[in-house]
Amino acid sequence: MKILLDDTRRRVLRIILVALLAVFGGLSVSAPALGDSVGEEYSATVFGNVKVDGEPIAGVRIVVDGGGYTAETVTDSDGRWSIGVPEVRNYNVTLDESTLPEGISVLEGGATQEVEFGLTDRVAKNFFIGEGERNETSIFDQIVSRFIYGINFGLMLGLAAVGVSLVFGTTGLSNFSHGEMVTFGAVAALIFGVGLQLPLFIAIPIAVALSAGLGWSLDAGLWRPLRKKGLGIVQLMIVSIGLSLTMRYVIQFVIGGATEQLPGFDSPKINLFGAVALSSTDLMSMGLSIVVIIAFAYWLLRTKTGKATRAISDNPDLAAASGIDVDKVIRIVWIMAASLAGLAGVLWAYFRPGIKWDMGTQILLLIFAAVTLGGLGTAFGALIGALIVGVLVEMSGLIIPADLKYVGALVVLIVVLLVRPQGLLGRKQRVG
Amino acid sequence: MDWGSILNNTLAGFLTPTTIAFALAALGLAMHFGFAGLLNFGIAGFMAIGGYGYAISVLTFGLPWWAGMLVGVLGSVVFALILGIPTLRLRGDYLAIATIAAAEIARLLFLTTAFTDVTGSADGLFGFNSRPDGSGFQNSNPIPQGTYGFGPFTYNEQTLWVLVFGLIVLTVAVWFLWALMRSPWGRVIKGIREDEEAVRSLGKNVFAYKLQALVIGGVFGALGGIIYTAAQNISPGVYVTSLTFFIWTSLLLGGAATIFGPVIGAVIFWVIQAFLSNLLPALSTSGILPVSTTQASTLRFVLVGIGLMLLVIYRPQGIFGDKRELTFVK
Repeated sequence: MKILLDDTRRRVLRIILVALLAVFGGLSVSAPALGDSVGEEYSATVFGNVKVDGEPIAGVRIVVDGGGYTAETVTDSDGRWSIGVPEVRNYNVTLDESTLPEGISVLEGGATQEVEFGLTDRVAKNFFIGEGERNETSIFDQIVSRFIYGINFGLMLGLAAVGVSLVFGTTGLSNFSHGEMVTFGAVAALIFGVGLQLPLFIAIPIAVALSAGLGWSLDAGLWRPLRKKGLGIVQLMIVSIGLSLTMRYVIQFVIGGATEQLPGFDSPKINLFGAVALSSTDLMSMGLSIVVIIAFAYWLLRTKTGKATRAISDNPDLAAASGIDVDKVIRIVWIMAASLAGLAGVLWAYFRPGIKWDMGTQILLLIFAAVTLGGLGTAFGALIGALIVGVLVEMSGLIIPADLKYVGALVVLIVVLLVRPQGLLGRKQRVG
Repeated sequence: MDWGSILNNTLAGFLTPTTIAFALAALGLAMHFGFAGLLNFGIAGFMAIGGYGYAISVLTFGLPWWAGMLVGVLGSVVFALILGIPTLRLRGDYLAIATIAAAEIARLLFLTTAFTDVTGSADGLFGFNSRPDGSGFQNSNPIPQGTYGFGPFTYNEQTLWVLVFGLIVLTVAVWFLWALMRSPWGRVIKGIREDEEAVRSLGKNVFAYKLQALVIGGVFGALGGIIYTAAQNISPGVYVTSLTFFIWTSLLLGGAATIFGPVIGAVIFWVIQAFLSNLLPALSTSGILPVSTTQASTLRFVLVGIGLMLLVIYRPQGIFGDKRELTFVK
């Protein structure tokens, strides 16, 4: 925090992102007049620009090597350099720090960095240089902004996860079709918001209401009859897998295989503080999640149905014996779970962004991770688990490649099962 | 509507490398779920590790094909141990969640661009079945070039070689499972499925037995992945959770606690799939079904889902199963 607030220190650090404009300029203009060039006989070129605070630095030594080829040059009075290379492959570019002015060094990625050619035969390589040793502010800001994205994602995940937890608590079913209930909400919002062109403040409530209807009809048409039939828990679990497959492909049947967007998914980001930039939909999504979660907590803790739900989770037989209509409560739990899942689906469609028929399978495992982390069957455990998983997924992007960010959450899931299988808030007897 | 070609393609579904791969994987699940009562929802992960283990050892490490396949099998053993040691002490549904998560971890690791050099990321790998140095699976093909078979069962020498090899592996696997299940070891395993505490009270190490069952079933799964991979390229898009669920459907179709059930279930599953994937688009193009061809081919997976639900509700023991052998029907 001190670093962020201390203005003088910030000025001393003066981190410079070296003119990105030059990169795009270099790509679009066919042959920009570059200062000192070597290897002009080759068609492929690596080039760059060395500047500190917008001031070009001349006489900086740059070395390119790779594939048995080495060439070096020094920057001209405009700070520019360009080196021709014989083939389009990866090269190592080294900036000789001893040729930089006193107190100036490469701040990020080290003095030797790799370049990779894209679709053209020209590639730009610029170094982050400036005074000071490390790029502290930037990393700190990154952590803060990732943390806030993570909270946003976690809140949304929490909406989906409490449903799984409630259903598990009251019926013992690990519902594999919950992911499709999430997708259903997003698809309903898509049909009404984009297909029928209704404004979002009408389309989203309709989507949530339809999700509630889905929950009601699934319980009335499927789960309740199966409970009456006396199906075992494993059988029910496999039925939920069949249901998940059915719903997933019905959704693909309806909306096709492409990714669709809800209106306003690309609303501009607003700079809040530091490097934290959130769009208005992000802010609304977080606000909405918090309001709904508080309302849900009130329902679970204070209302009669909420208390009955917790009683059934504790001991269904005792609850039934004390006059609670178990079937009615389970019906309400399904409606609740489905509408929260539907809302989560809409929010997730904005967060990803995009709606795709198989998006539910992706989130199902994160929901399971959240629920297991918090403790199967505990609603507030699921919320805490979801926040942890959300933050973890977003923060892990700082360390591991972005396409592996869900792996971190899934590994945590397995580690949790190893050290504390009952989860954070779960009770020990739940372990078999 | 060309009924001739629909019938032809449907019959072809009886015997394909994919059918054999499904049969092997379903056999693995029969070991896990049918006999040992372990809820493994990560069979796709075992298959992926088998297939990728084979492809990567051939392409990256230059091993001959049989050594590559062995690496795939060993990979699945390691995977089973990593998965089983933390989770087998837990209740069934925890194992279900952990296995499905582990299979996704495996798939995402094969999909990520971080290891493109080795895994080929989203494009997958190819060119490992025939090697220029003659060490590939197809290089050892003893069948001379040509076309063999009749009618719907017409194969070129490459497919025939995969089929022959696959059938040998499947036969050995079926025999092995049959022999295991009539051995004392098999009786202990079934006992664990029926009543874990009772077996424990007899002084058996239940955890060790479960772990052994997980490893053996996992090896069958990996062999399924290897046969699948030996017939074509490998790509991570195949090993999604849907694959696991389709194999579960095959298993439950035939009967979970049977030896031949999974094999026959896989055959029935693929014959029906082949039938629907030919019939539905044909119905759509001839205007009988008022949907697009793409939608028509999506419909068959909807039917798989509905079929799985009906099967579990009304005939959980499968076609060949004995209801008394199913403790999951309480």
